[in-house]
Amino acid sequence: MTLKELLDQTGWKLATPNLDTSKEISGAYCGDLLSWVMGNGDSNQVWITVQGHLNVIAVALLREFSAVIIADNAAIPEEMIEKANEENLVLIESGLPSYETAKKLVELGV
Amino acid sequence: MSVILHKEFEVIKDDYIGAGRASSEIKSILGSVGIPPKIMRNVAVASYEAEINMVIHATGGIITLDVTDDGVIKLVFHDNGPGIPDIKKALTPGFSTANEKARSLGFGAGMGLPNIRRVTDEFDIQSSEDGTIINLTFYVNE
Repeated sequence: MTLKELLDQTGWKLATPNLDTSKEISGAYCGDLLSWVMGNGDSNQVWITVQGHLNVIAVALLREFSAVIIADNAAIPEEMIEKANEENLVLIESGLPSYETAKKLVELGV
Repeated sequence: MSVILHKEFEVIKDDYIGAGRASSEIKSILGSVGIPPKIMRNVAVASYEAEINMVIHATGGIITLDVTDDGVIKLVFHDNGPGIPDIKKALTPGFSTANEKARSLGFGAGMGLPNIRRVTDEFDIQSSEDGTIINLTFYVNE
């Protein structure tokens, strides 16, 4: 599944509307402790978190995630969106708690 | 054996905004010289964890990257203190002395040094009140 297909099927909001969403999703990782995510996440996954700050962008890029899904309506500061745009990293807002977000991904076969 | 790439990066204490910049640059440099993706990712994980440790715990320091023509990547993280009182404890998964600010950003899981050790081929850490030196080695051809 691509990010675009995910967005089409969930109606989740793209916080970086100008970025390409044709990237494939290989799976998902859910976590808010950055070292845990760094140690256990994998390339091309989407990362579900409630952390909204610049370090999330750094971890996502180093870990080569396809996108970051911000769950639970956690705040996304403007500087984070700017950095994501600059680094070509897709940010998505699910508007759902992490568990519900993950459940939706499972339902869609991610 | 000769060094084909040498670079140094400065890390600043409490610079949470810039944290990860050096590791991103290291990853991109290694990509540009054709280091295989899996090794590049391992270097990136280790480098980021060590860089963050310098930001959170040390008073800043220097990261040195060396790549040799026989496929050895060496990273040295040299900070200016205050040092790690009990290295064995610091290497225990889940043990952390990170402050509230760091924890509120999702750091302080106590997985930094264990993650570094897991993804490196050789890992050495020396620490005193004057500073901590972490030497990491990755072999491209193994």
